[in-house]
Amino acid sequence: MRNTLILFRREFASYFATPLALVFIVIFLALTGLFTFFLGGFYERGQADLAPFFNYHPWLYLFLMPALSMRLWAEERKSGTIELLMTLPITPWQAVIGKYLAAWAVAGLALVLTFPIWITVNYLGNPDNGAIFAAYIGSFLVAGGLLAIGACFSAATRNQVIAFIVTVVACFAFLLSGFSLVLNAFQGWAPQPVIDAVASLSFLTHFGSIAKGVLDIRDLLYFATVIAVWLIATAIVLDLKKAD
Amino acid sequence: MIEISHLSKRYGALTAVDDVSFDVRAGEVLGFLGPNGAGKSTTMKMITGFLAPTSGTVRVCGHDVQSAPLAAKSCMGYLPEGAPSYGEMSVRAFLEFIADVRGLTGDRRRSRLDDVIARLGLASVLEQVIETLSKGYRRRVGLAQALVHDPLVLILDEPTDGLDPNQKHEVRQLISGMSKDKIIVISTHILEEVDAVCNRAIIISEGRILADDTPKALARRAPSGKLEDVFRQITLPGRPALKEAVNA
Repeated sequence: MRNTLILFRREFASYFATPLALVFIVIFLALTGLFTFFLGGFYERGQADLAPFFNYHPWLYLFLMPALSMRLWAEERKSGTIELLMTLPITPWQAVIGKYLAAWAVAGLALVLTFPIWITVNYLGNPDNGAIFAAYIGSFLVAGGLLAIGACFSAATRNQVIAFIVTVVACFAFLLSGFSLVLNAFQGWAPQPVIDAVASLSFLTHFGSIAKGVLDIRDLLYFATVIAVWLIATAIVLDLKKAD
Repeated sequence: MIEISHLSKRYGALTAVDDVSFDVRAGEVLGFLGPNGAGKSTTMKMITGFLAPTSGTVRVCGHDVQSAPLAAKSCMGYLPEGAPSYGEMSVRAFLEFIADVRGLTGDRRRSRLDDVIARLGLASVLEQVIETLSKGYRRRVGLAQALVHDPLVLILDEPTDGLDPNQKHEVRQLISGMSKDKIIVISTHILEEVDAVCNRAIIISEGRILADDTPKALARRAPSGKLEDVFRQITLPGRPALKEAVNA
């Protein structure tokens, strides 16, 4: 626990030692504002809720989260610090979790900094603040899931650009797995239970139900499972490929 | 004490380290010599627990590196090849991070940090970001990192590579100064270094140990009495292609 915290602190600070975290946060805030007000029609809808704000989060995350996760392990491999890290008296788990949590914390910070929109909607009307809180949790969980996928692909390569591109594709598949674009690939040969299972993997479906204000334990478990599975995969990939 | 028995590492058909066994005792400074690609770094990576051996065991301070990695890693300091460090951190932040991970706290943490900063002459660059430092300073930061917890066992992969003659001299003095009660393994292909700091030398080529002796006794094996000639004599016969290239 102590070591995880030390590794978390170092990783979190290193996001801010380079312009990365700052650029990320500024772009995230600018784009959420743009999407909410122009594409989402925040004012035109005449409703006191944040649906136009949250609806675009998964799509923003599709490109922004891989940018945050791509350096996690690829940079350690490229600079050779992975050898330093893995010969310190820490377990691989502490490293995997500490670094992952740092990336997730940067995403969380960006999300917290969108609070002006929450103030705005409360100024304009009487929104359901419980539902807004749930949607924030849901958005944070989607970010966590995508970052866990990204951590795994970052561990598989020493090239950050490759990590980024492969992560975007994988995240796209996970976001859309409930939609016909992905399901069509399974229809025709896979039995119905498999198709249902693939459909139930969709981030969007689970995020959608949380964003409506329903914090269902099944949706929370879903995201916890996704994150755990991808972090386990990260640890396995690291162990297999750390010397390459 | 380091006990290595029947250590091998294979990558597919390639055998990088082939059934290597040796012990290193306290007070010994072991020079690990060999041509590039001989298996020096691979052996060191297995000693420090970065790579898992294909077969064989490594015990450091009585702890098996594979079955008790944390205990073994705690008593070791390691300078990986190229002295990697987190470039975006300041020297101070980096050394404090290592001290924290090594479990140092309070007065001991402060005194150990002061000690390595003074020993490696890092006081003037403490607040500087590591990637802006010269190669020599970066190497010193790497050494400081390996020494922070005052380890019993030091594994240094090419500690003087890329340093200028003055810096090389300083690093050698540093190693000699620490050698009394520690176990130090350094890899190098600079033979004068072995003469200067080591009291034992192992020559390795194609993953096998070809010689294990004191540097002086090794040097006597060549008619010229030069370690360099012994090195060539021992490591060249197995590499006919290279020999031809040299003759041509």
